[in-house]
Amino acid sequence: MTVITRDPLDVAAPVIELSGARKTYHTGDIEFEALRGIDCRIFPGEYVAIVGPSGSGKSTLMNILGCLDVLTSGRYVLAGEDVSQMDEVALASARNRRIGFVFQQFHLLSSLTALGNVELPLVYAGVAPAERRERAMVALQRVGLGDKSRNHPGQLSGGQQQRVAIARALVTEPAIVLADEPTGNLDSHSTRDVLGMLDDLHAEGSTIVLITHESDVAARAGTVYNVTDGQFVGAGTEIAK
Amino acid sequence: MRPADLLASSWRAIRTHKMRSALTMLGIVVGIASVVLTVGLGLGTQKDVSEQIAALGSDLLIVSPGSSTDESGMRGGFGSGETLTLTDADALASEVAVPDAADVAPEKASSLSLEYGESNWTTDVTGTSTSWPEVRSRDLLYGSFFTEDDAADGASVIVLGAETAEELFGTTSVVGQEVTIDGEALEVVGVLAEAGSSGETSLDDIAVVPMTTMVERLDDSGNSESVDTIYVKAASSDSLSAASQETTALLLNLHGIASADDADFTVEVQDSLLDAATSVYEKLTVLLTGIAALALLVGGIGVMNIMLVSVTERTREIGLRKALGAAPANIRNQFLIEAMILGLSGGAVGVIIGVGLALALPSVLGSTIVVSGLALVVSVVVAVGIGAIFGVYPAARAARLAPIDALRDQ
Repeated sequence: MTVITRDPLDVAAPVIELSGARKTYHTGDIEFEALRGIDCRIFPGEYVAIVGPSGSGKSTLMNILGCLDVLTSGRYVLAGEDVSQMDEVALASARNRRIGFVFQQFHLLSSLTALGNVELPLVYAGVAPAERRERAMVALQRVGLGDKSRNHPGQLSGGQQQRVAIARALVTEPAIVLADEPTGNLDSHSTRDVLGMLDDLHAEGSTIVLITHESDVAARAGTVYNVTDGQFVGAGTEIAK
Repeated sequence: MRPADLLASSWRAIRTHKMRSALTMLGIVVGIASVVLTVGLGLGTQKDVSEQIAALGSDLLIVSPGSSTDESGMRGGFGSGETLTLTDADALASEVAVPDAADVAPEKASSLSLEYGESNWTTDVTGTSTSWPEVRSRDLLYGSFFTEDDAADGASVIVLGAETAEELFGTTSVVGQEVTIDGEALEVVGVLAEAGSSGETSLDDIAVVPMTTMVERLDDSGNSESVDTIYVKAASSDSLSAASQETTALLLNLHGIASADDADFTVEVQDSLLDAATSVYEKLTVLLTGIAALALLVGGIGVMNIMLVSVTERTREIGLRKALGAAPANIRNQFLIEAMILGLSGGAVGVIIGVGLALALPSVLGSTIVVSGLALVVSVVVAVGIGAIFGVYPAARAARLAPIDALRDQ
């Protein structure tokens, strides 16, 4: 492993740019600093892993990156848009357009088919039914589940459900795919399956941010950031392949 | 988000929890069905009473003994309740004194037992004049009413109400038969067509005889002059108040009373009865509707309850939808529309059940239920409104959920 330093002039503009990111939680009189000044830039096509033990602040960081929460101070620019001062409605729109979430618990709606679940972000984007069905079908085919489009989540294995979730993350063609412990609920076979799929997406040019506490999962990424006590330990660490 | 997708999303949530949705609707169903029924029952009763009063004749004056201005209810020197006489009735029939009266019919009634062979039946036997069918707006089913000659002679003739004939003979076609009252044999010359009931008393359980027959042969009260009621039919409904004034003036004069305040009789106009009855039934309708509205309120609280439970239960779903880009307004609208669909479906089912009962119940209860189209439309609108009003709070709570907390919920 080698510590890398980037020359900002020789690459495209960053997808994610965090500067002086701080997040403080208040519980009664007690203040808790979850993030204590993080600077970070992630460029298009990068595969980044954020690792750290529980309580390190990595979940907070994931919420900030995913526009699910806002910073107490500092700046977050996502795909050229400053989202740090956005209100709830604008944040919802930013999530819809820029972020593809993959969660540990899959978070598929059991009342919808696989296709219906993949269509959901497009429903909130106001895409017409015919177009969104077509785009959702393409996304499902991309994760190899074209033949399962009419199945409900309950009729699919854990690995297949997570692949549906990945298709849902891809369908809006987001700036980043944000995967939060995507293999946490999967057996080793499905874990390999899903990680292989993220590798493929990376190879096809997607920007992926993976949050995990498992070092062998993080090892798949190109760059690893270590979070401890709300701060990055060292700079991004490039994994030697 | 497209409105059609919003609607589809709410509809799917309702269908996913069929049992719960049905139970939530139940409160609204019961509320709306009772609104439809109670309003219908109120209107129906009002209609019944109006018809019964109208059947008596809307151009009719009813002169009764005793005064309504005195608390004792009676006044005058002829003895309690016997202040009206046949002489009064004859005077009222004069075209000179009461030009606006078309017809006059005095009534003197007594509860007597009618016998035919083995059967007997007790009913009100009324002695009156030949103008009675005209004045009381009654038609004959069979035969004819007694004649002037019968009236003058005190003939042994009787006209029966349809129900009375049915009770005595088992049929209404009984013209020419004979009934016996206190040993007096009377020939049935006519049977009255049915007129329904007026409150407690049936207008069809009645027997009518000439006044002379009543006074001389049947009545044993000892006061041959007094009558119970004098009906004065005005020439037209426009001349009703003129007829009323003329009647009052004539009777005051005949009874030697100077002031109308001291009158020993009461002249009632049919219209005032109608007005009084209508106002009573309007109040009844308001009361019943109030009770039904309470039922609806309870139904609405049920909707709110279930929607709150639903918001709690679907926290993760709400979180996910928000993470995928649903704005707070999208979430709020989804829950609001869910509540309104529950209200609408509950209202529609309630209307169907209410109308069904309104059609089925009259044969059991014997009362009329009027199903008003306006009430149905208002009911459904109110049901949707209740869904919306009681859905606002749960929907607002759902919209306020922070996506991270919602996603983390296990």
